[in-house]
Amino acid sequence: MTYAGLDIGSRTIVLVEFDGGIRDFRIVDAGPNPLQRCESLLDGRSYQRLVATGYGRRLAAGSLADGIVSEIRAYALGARHLYPDCRTVIDVGGQDCKTSRLSESGDVERFEMNDRCAAGTGAFLEAMARTLEVPIEELGAHALGAETPVRINSLCTVFAQSEIVSLVARGADSRAIALGVHEAIATRVAGMARRVGPKERAVFAGGGALNPCLRQLLSQKLNVELTVPEEPQIVGGLGAALVAREK
Amino acid sequence: MTDYHPMWTELGLDLERHDVLLEALGGMYSDLFLGQKNRPKSMDYFDFVVSEIHGLRVKELQDHRAAGGKVVGLYCVFVPEDLILAAGAIPVGLCAGAQFAVPDAEEVLPRNTCPLVKSSFGFKLSRTCPYIQASDFVVGETTCDGKKKMYEILADYHPTYVMEVPQKKTPLGRQLFIEEVHGLKAKLEAETGRAITASGLAEATRLIDGKRRALQRLQGLRKARPAPISGLDALLIVQIAFYDDVVRFTEKVNALCDELEQRVEHGEGIASPNAARIVVSGSPMAIPNWKLHQLLEESGAVVVGEESCTGTRYFNYLTPANDGTVDGQLAAIADRQLETNCACFTPNDERLDDVVALARGWDADGVVHYDLQFCHTFANEAVKVERRLAGEGVPLLRIETDYSEEDVGQLRTRIDAFLEMI
Repeated sequence: MTYAGLDIGSRTIVLVEFDGGIRDFRIVDAGPNPLQRCESLLDGRSYQRLVATGYGRRLAAGSLADGIVSEIRAYALGARHLYPDCRTVIDVGGQDCKTSRLSESGDVERFEMNDRCAAGTGAFLEAMARTLEVPIEELGAHALGAETPVRINSLCTVFAQSEIVSLVARGADSRAIALGVHEAIATRVAGMARRVGPKERAVFAGGGALNPCLRQLLSQKLNVELTVPEEPQIVGGLGAALVAREK
Repeated sequence: MTDYHPMWTELGLDLERHDVLLEALGGMYSDLFLGQKNRPKSMDYFDFVVSEIHGLRVKELQDHRAAGGKVVGLYCVFVPEDLILAAGAIPVGLCAGAQFAVPDAEEVLPRNTCPLVKSSFGFKLSRTCPYIQASDFVVGETTCDGKKKMYEILADYHPTYVMEVPQKKTPLGRQLFIEEVHGLKAKLEAETGRAITASGLAEATRLIDGKRRALQRLQGLRKARPAPISGLDALLIVQIAFYDDVVRFTEKVNALCDELEQRVEHGEGIASPNAARIVVSGSPMAIPNWKLHQLLEESGAVVVGEESCTGTRYFNYLTPANDGTVDGQLAAIADRQLETNCACFTPNDERLDDVVALARGWDADGVVHYDLQFCHTFANEAVKVERRLAGEGVPLLRIETDYSEEDVGQLRTRIDAFLEMI
């Protein structure tokens, strides 16, 4: 019996196949027409049941998916499956950032999520990477090359962009600016995590967890060790697959 | 259907834009309301009122004016409707709940102003609210800085009179508000050329208390499990209370309650008895702001109460007994209005009790605190609500949003996760 979880995010779509363990997974760009992407991703595959999560979950409900689950619960379930002692989940995704505290038995006790504003999300990092002309995959390592950060005051993507442009014009070091950007995001995400009262073990997942600088700063600010799964982007899809198995 | 275009032209509406607005509103209404399952039959009347939202009711106001009466526009629960009625004038809540007029307002007002203030002002600027066009003057209040300063600018476009609402419920604050009620009385008498008498005022207060009692009765019926009426419909009714004819409206709400009593008796409802029950608390939701209720109920929850100016803060308070003189009645009206636990007061701890009482009394599984973006009073007070509810063990979700649709995806995620959690 194979179950599947489909995490339709704002930037990526993740498919996880589960048959008692993770059998396979796929990560593709969401692109401008995510439903079509999902269809081609699922073409030729069939499952006992498929549950969708992520920003686009309702797009898939009814047609492609047998059920839906919010990302917050999906990430909690996925993280618990990988680490049964997990009590805190931090997920920095494309356009959302979420932090949740789990009970001993794994239920979501409290969660926080950013409002519409993209501060503290992958979209913010992407915008800053573009401004600095550094590929997004290398932005974290680039920032870690700086000794001290330049202070970025604005967390609004639009304002921060113009702040960075003026910093660049003043000749500030690109690595120091990048470090400043990470500092700003980490402060914001850590604040959100503190609001839920983080407990160990804390799992850091989502595309943002691929960034080594963000991992380091967030861990320092929260003063906890963060566990990053081998594939941090598939945790939500895994959680959805687990819901598919449960139902 | 009657063609109201001649009337709208007379009122100086921007016909082209107004047509666009009405069409959008009609589509939105049928999508959200008419498809609801197992709706009470008596909602027919309210559907009719909405279908005539800028038509029949506006015509009634215009007829009243043609016969020499006045129409007084208002935005807030602090403006006493009975005082206006006693002057032979008709009080009417003005358009303030649509994104439609926000871009117009942003050409003049700062963008980081709350959507309710921007929408109110934008409707005047864009000439798309027939109610403000039909009102002889507007009575504003000082319940927040955004409104207070907006009224100064609004006065350049429309006759506007502002009542001061005190910031503290102290004896001095009470004295000030009684004076303000007297001031409004004088203003109304000057505008209408008609003296407000003790008997006229008593009769008007009886009508307003009757309306409030009918709405209290409706709120009481929402205690039942399964809920006999959706949160969307209940919210709509309070929104309509602001502008419909008081006598007819009260009758129709009571008729609806008769039907709901039957439902409750037969254990009939609009959702399963196991549906998550939610209390909404916070900023007002002016018509057609149905965004939060829509999201909650489409995710399977049922809203059982609104601790809001379009909810309990509108109808919870009845006029205290008094000596029946004009002065005695005015003081009683002031006292009644000052009972409102609005975030404009400091401190405002009674509101926290109200939220807890609503959540407990209506057997709610959780509370959603709703702030309009840039509504500083309610946003700050949310901190106290959060702490109090945490102490009471009532789950809370805090939402800050505006009238636009751009954050619907994120709101859905938070609402779904909250409902899964409780």
